Amino acid sequence: MIRFLAGRLAFAALILFALSTFVFVLFFVAPGDPARLVAGDKATETQLIQIRSNLGLDRPIHEQYLSFLGRAAQGDLGYSYRNQQPVLTLIANRLPATVSLVIGGVILWLSVGIPVGIMSARHPGGWRDRLGQGFILVGLSFPTFVLGMVSLYVFYFLPRQAGFTLFPAGGFKPFWPNPAIWAWHMALPWATVALTTAAVYARLTRGQMLEVMSEDYIRTARAKGVPEHKVVYKHGLRATLTPLVTQLGADIAFLLGGAIVIEQVYGLQGVGALAIQAVNNQDRPVIIGVVLLGGFFIVISNIVVDIIYSLLDPRVR
Amino acid sequence: MPVLEARALTVSIPTEDGVVHAVQNVSFAIEAGELFGVAGESGSGKSVMMQAILGLLPNADISGQVLFEGQDLLQLPARALRQMRGARIGMIFQDPLSSLHPYYTIGSQITEAIQVHEKVSATAARARAVDMLAKVGIANASERFDSFPHQFSGGMRQRVMIAMALILNPALIIADEPTTALDVTVQAQIVALLDQMRREFGTTVVMITHDLGLLSSVADRIMVMYAGNRMEYGPAEPIFRAPAHPYTAGLLRSSPAHYAAGAEVIAIPGKPPSLLHKPAGCVFAPRCANAMPVCTTQHPPVRQFSDGVHTQCWLEATPAAPATRLAAEQGRGASDGAPVVLDISDIELSFTTGGVFGRTGKFQVLKGINLSVRRGETLGLVGESGCGKSTLARVIAGLIAPSSGTVVLDGIEMSSLDPAGWRETRKHVQLVFQDPFGSLNPRRRVGAIIGDPFRIHGVAKGAERKRRVQELMELVGLNPEHYNRFPSEFSGGQRQRIGIARALALNPGLIIFDEPVSALDVSIQAQILNLMRDLQQRLGLTYLFISHDLAVVRQVCDRIAVMDKGQIVELAAAEDIYTRPQHDYTRTLLAASVVPPRPEDHADRQLVETIQWVAA
Repeated sequence: MIRFLAGRLAFAALILFALSTFVFVLFFVAPGDPARLVAGDKATETQLIQIRSNLGLDRPIHEQYLSFLGRAAQGDLGYSYRNQQPVLTLIANRLPATVSLVIGGVILWLSVGIPVGIMSARHPGGWRDRLGQGFILVGLSFPTFVLGMVSLYVFYFLPRQAGFTLFPAGGFKPFWPNPAIWAWHMALPWATVALTTAAVYARLTRGQMLEVMSEDYIRTARAKGVPEHKVVYKHGLRATLTPLVTQLGADIAFLLGGAIVIEQVYGLQGVGALAIQAVNNQDRPVIIGVVLLGGFFIVISNIVVDIIYSLLDPRVR
Repeated sequence: MPVLEARALTVSIPTEDGVVHAVQNVSFAIEAGELFGVAGESGSGKSVMMQAILGLLPNADISGQVLFEGQDLLQLPARALRQMRGARIGMIFQDPLSSLHPYYTIGSQITEAIQVHEKVSATAARARAVDMLAKVGIANASERFDSFPHQFSGGMRQRVMIAMALILNPALIIADEPTTALDVTVQAQIVALLDQMRREFGTTVVMITHDLGLLSSVADRIMVMYAGNRMEYGPAEPIFRAPAHPYTAGLLRSSPAHYAAGAEVIAIPGKPPSLLHKPAGCVFAPRCANAMPVCTTQHPPVRQFSDGVHTQCWLEATPAAPATRLAAEQGRGASDGAPVVLDISDIELSFTTGGVFGRTGKFQVLKGINLSVRRGETLGLVGESGCGKSTLARVIAGLIAPSSGTVVLDGIEMSSLDPAGWRETRKHVQLVFQDPFGSLNPRRRVGAIIGDPFRIHGVAKGAERKRRVQELMELVGLNPEHYNRFPSEFSGGQRQRIGIARALALNPGLIIFDEPVSALDVSIQAQILNLMRDLQQRLGLTYLFISHDLAVVRQVCDRIAVMDKGQIVELAAAEDIYTRPQHDYTRTLLAASVVPPRPEDHADRQLVETIQWVAA
């Protein structure tokens, strides 16, 4: 196990190295002058030269790259071109909003998606299945931003017109000191991110469950006289968990890397919003930082999924 | 009083294609303590019947009466029926690997059965499970309790299933093909265990199987089913001595084990009928050697004979054996002077196990294999699963490269070939696979599948290709007009004919048959074996025949190589293997294969009563 983990971690480091190199080169060859963005339109040529020299942009690319790598290896991702803050600090400030969104969203979409999928699979062809399938279709076909706009209109704008505040328009409040306020602010983002994803999980659960329920060991459980609810929730659900874990690992990692649309709609100052600002400003250190963060979450989640897999399935232990 | 009694049991299953009449008006009574055998081919309704009465087929329409311990199971509410399952009626299924939950320990799966029905502590349940595991022959039961199903061998898994079925000491155990998925040598152990357990616990056992031979050694009474009908029913001994129904007689005679030198096995012609339609007469009439005009127009009555045997048949006496067709002797058995088609020497194959970060090991699959096959000969390769026989076939066919050793086919050394040369060898060697369902692409037409070799090797095009494909179809007994059909429109036996036709296309020097009849129904197996022999005689083909079943191999092979653990332990003429086996392993294999009795043609039985058929 330890050898396995060491190997996987070494591989993860390799991936992150390749990713950072790729992004670094990409922004070097891309058109645009960061110095002009920093200095503004009215800057003189001397000012621009000064800024380039300050940022190290006048040095050859391999020197820039080596010094970037040297600092990154020590955990220093550099400073934002825009406001001279350390990239790591910027990201650390944005993480609470993103992490809050992901945690609540995951709980919500799992607790909706899995039961809907099970309900559908237990009565294939029946009205409950059609209801579940309808939910899946709606959830999958609704673009997130439309759903966000609609829920803002219904749950914020209309009540405000009627003279009271049902939900806030957006913004992020920290979990501490008041968790209730935090949850109140997160409720609409959670619902929005969860509905679409819940549909994905409902479909996955339904398909997997249908397959599992026709397995021989399900027949064995029934032949033993196990009550039907236990056949479904103990024997059936247990075997559908593994593919769900794979999907969940990928989804969480993806969202942690920045839920750009949702954060934009609800004005959450998360990693996704940071990424957009950085791209608009050609703020190269921040962009590299955000990309590396996304890559980091993906390689870590892959390792975690593998570990959970080995716990779930005795055959791969 | 019988333990289980069914009266006019009828099971229909609605499907997209129409109503499947799976069981039609079947009655039987199973006495306490006996081993009752239910025999039939796939689609005969034997498994469906048992699962339906236990409420395991929620979609089925069931009518009639099924009395168990004084209650009609068909009238019981779902909850009461569930409490009956496991506690009073235990079940054992065909494939113990897929029938055990892969994510739970075998112990917890057994104790679950206890705790569903009784209020007992976890420790008490565990103690009982360990006790039962020891009784069914699991060594170190208390340690193995916490093992997962994949950590057991096939036979051990089936013992676990038996322990699970017995744990609450049910009055009745229904074993549905309990040995079909197991190796020959293990089959006998499992049957013996079931027999021993029923004596020890006084349990009544119903054994459902396609294998009449298996029942002949253990069953007290049997019921033979065909297309949902009870064809023959009664004490096992007189039925096996001289079956009263032509279907039972046909099944016993078509067993490849009844090999007589020079004689073809008497196959039952045709294929099992569709269950979507109920014919006016007897369901078996189209395939019956003894059919009379009345058989196709009126449903046969139930006839009861003096020795307790019941049939559903118009015949009033035991059917006579059909005349044996003599197989032409010439062509079978290659003379020593015939040229060598295949010569393999010192074949070794090993895999490295473990990966970059794991411990590495070496797993040897084939050890020092030497074989040669002469033109016109059939060489049998026999062994249990995992002995390396299929891997060897793949090495010979050039699909896997051996670690060392040489394969010479028609004088060409396979390992020295470049890709173009390798493709050329397809003309010299072809494979026919075990599973006729999985080995044909379901989305391609039969004409295209059989014509593939012509297309790939640029042999024939257009109308010429079609003509040659239709010739091949004719040759293997398929209707050439079915050229444009898809594989799903053919039965298992017909699909195997498609596979054979495709293999024949390029007239290869060697055809490798990898378990060609194992996936087929008993009544179809003999047809395919006869076809293979017929083709060999007409076309002078050379076969390598791989099988786990010595009885099947005996009928078609000139020489037999017995494989065990990657080695050939014995290689001799077929008759010598049977009459003078030299190696211990060969003797074990021979002893384990159950040979159904050869039916006599006449029996001392008189017709006692005829009961007219009443449609349900």
